[in-house]
Amino acid sequence: MLTIKNLNVSVEGKPILNGLNLEVKEGEVHAIMGPNGSGKSTLASVIAGRDYFNIEQGEVTYMGKNLLDIPPEVRAKEGIFLGFQYPVEIPGVSMTNFMRTAINEIRKHQGLKPLSGADFLKLIEEKKKLVKIESKLTNRSVNEGFSGGEKKKNEIFQMALLEPKLAVLDETDSGLDIDALKVVAKGVNTLRKEDNATILITHYQRLLDYIIPDFVHVLYDGKIVKSGNKELAHELEEKGYNWITKEIQAE
Amino acid sequence: MPENKNISKNPEVFKKTLTDLFENNYDLIMRNSSGKIQTLRQKAFESFKQNGFPGKKNENWRFTNLDPLFRNDYVIDLETKFQNKDVNKIFTCDVYDLDTYCITLINGWFVYNNSPITQLEDGTIIGSLYKATEIYPEIVEKYLGSLAKLNEPGFVPINTAFMQDGLFIYVPDNVKVEKAVQVINIVDSKNPVFLQPRNLVIAGKNSRLALIHCDHTLTHNISFTNTVSEVILHENAYVDHYKVQNKGQNSSLITSLFFKQEKNSKLLNNAITLNGGFTRNQVDLSITDSNCTADLNGLYLVDGEQHVDNQVFVDHIAPNSLSNQLYKGVLDDKASGVFSGKVLVRRDSQETQAYQNNKNILLTDEAKVNTQPFLEIYADDVKCSHGATVGQLDPNAMFYLRSRGICERTARQLLMFAFAGEIVDKISVPPLRDNISKLVEKRLKGELSICDQCILNCSSNEPRFIQNIVE
Repeated sequence: MLTIKNLNVSVEGKPILNGLNLEVKEGEVHAIMGPNGSGKSTLASVIAGRDYFNIEQGEVTYMGKNLLDIPPEVRAKEGIFLGFQYPVEIPGVSMTNFMRTAINEIRKHQGLKPLSGADFLKLIEEKKKLVKIESKLTNRSVNEGFSGGEKKKNEIFQMALLEPKLAVLDETDSGLDIDALKVVAKGVNTLRKEDNATILITHYQRLLDYIIPDFVHVLYDGKIVKSGNKELAHELEEKGYNWITKEIQAE
Repeated sequence: MPENKNISKNPEVFKKTLTDLFENNYDLIMRNSSGKIQTLRQKAFESFKQNGFPGKKNENWRFTNLDPLFRNDYVIDLETKFQNKDVNKIFTCDVYDLDTYCITLINGWFVYNNSPITQLEDGTIIGSLYKATEIYPEIVEKYLGSLAKLNEPGFVPINTAFMQDGLFIYVPDNVKVEKAVQVINIVDSKNPVFLQPRNLVIAGKNSRLALIHCDHTLTHNISFTNTVSEVILHENAYVDHYKVQNKGQNSSLITSLFFKQEKNSKLLNNAITLNGGFTRNQVDLSITDSNCTADLNGLYLVDGEQHVDNQVFVDHIAPNSLSNQLYKGVLDDKASGVFSGKVLVRRDSQETQAYQNNKNILLTDEAKVNTQPFLEIYADDVKCSHGATVGQLDPNAMFYLRSRGICERTARQLLMFAFAGEIVDKISVPPLRDNISKLVEKRLKGELSICDQCILNCSSNEPRFIQNIVE
């Protein structure tokens, strides 16, 4: 589904990703862990199509297409979803108008008719339950006045509505208390299917107790330096990132 | 002859033509004026003769170039042009399609079905100012010219010297006018006209009035409208005043709006400029007693080479009142904008609260805006603030929207609509708010033409757009 080969990315002349390789197949959950500044969020943003990076080298292929040539909205229409580390507050744009516009643009891309008002509201109510959002979203602006936990739940809510093929969740667990973490994890697990895939970007192993990954990768200094199964996450938790650093330096 | 062609080309020639016109048609101009109003006209004329037009040296006109306005040959018509016809045959309004007292002025003259002036059961008088001058001279004489300032160069003196007709509303004490009054100013002329509509609105003690002023042009011909309105809010009166401007590229509009607030009165003024070649809105508010609140809002959405200029002056003459200005603009293409907001808090006006804010979004490198929020405070116990921002659409918000599958164009529209929404939300009449909201949405999608509300189906030079509102 997603193949990244030798990806080199810089921001303002400063290299961030240095020859990153990654292969994600349908049905898989990949966790990407790594210390601060290792390039995790940059990777997420590059996949989603943020434009302030310089792609120096390498290729990213998604469903057989060169992803780097595609504008962000088309990537979303093709099934890519980014759960933001810092969801953006947009005063004056209501959640419902935002999601209705998004869903209908995606449906248009798929050759489907727009959802009727009633069907849309039904869908909203159904997905709200999944992430335990109780408030009325109709009159609330996107993320405005949301607590940290609400913002993260809102990301999963949007993911549930848009039903992506490839979801990249950028530190969706950070700043969550244990209850909210469970809600988020339940949301992700419910949406997990045979034909979609998830990339979880996280600092901590904690989230991986609730969402069991098929693969765990350690991102360090802009490339993946170690890959393994879920046990790798436990090992990291025990030994800390210094363990990896030392291992690399020893080589 | 009342008509005079070939005036202008430059301010001096224009001035000479206007002064000659006044002097040569003195009797015609004065025909229905009482002694007091004659004196007022004469005073205005002398002021104009002495001061002429404002130039760039005049602080209030630094960023607005009048020269293009002088390049045309205008016609000024001094004859009475009351019209007795069914307005619905030429124009239907999208702005407010509910139950209103709807009044139409064509080229500054009152258009009526039955009578040019009506007294409602509750005593409210609504009608033509020209007629009111004959029938209710004691009211008109008392208030007409009481607020408009004649000492500044330019357009208020010209209007006062030449004024003929316009809207007159008198709301007696303790009367709450249930239906909103809607005034539609239509310019419809083959010749380039220079018009001087004059409005006078008096809200008595404890009265309530909602007034919606719409400016439209029905032709793509050149026109120049110079409107002056005086609105008096007596003690405890509550007035909502809305201006909606959707005019053609070839039309120029200067509106000077004077308000006076007495004790405990409440004013909400909202000026929404959707289109217009050249638009200048001047608001001059005197708060003469305590416990008044004034909300002065404005929204301007301009593109092409349109120019919009909002000038606000609030004079806190008395203590313990609140004024709040919020003006927002979105400027596209090569459009230009000016905001100048001045608040004067006089020495004895303690416990005044005065706020002003102007926010702009420039969509291109060529669009520009000059903004000058300005406070002049002589009292020491006040709460005042001012601020101005000029920026682009938030790139983080743009990316967030696009990352959910929303195309760039729609994302921009959503953000602009949200930006404008803050002003639209301040409209206190819900159906009006909904309709304005729709108009703003259409405008931001590039789907609102000045022809939208016109059913003349003339051979329009403007492209007609197919409406396609995203559900």
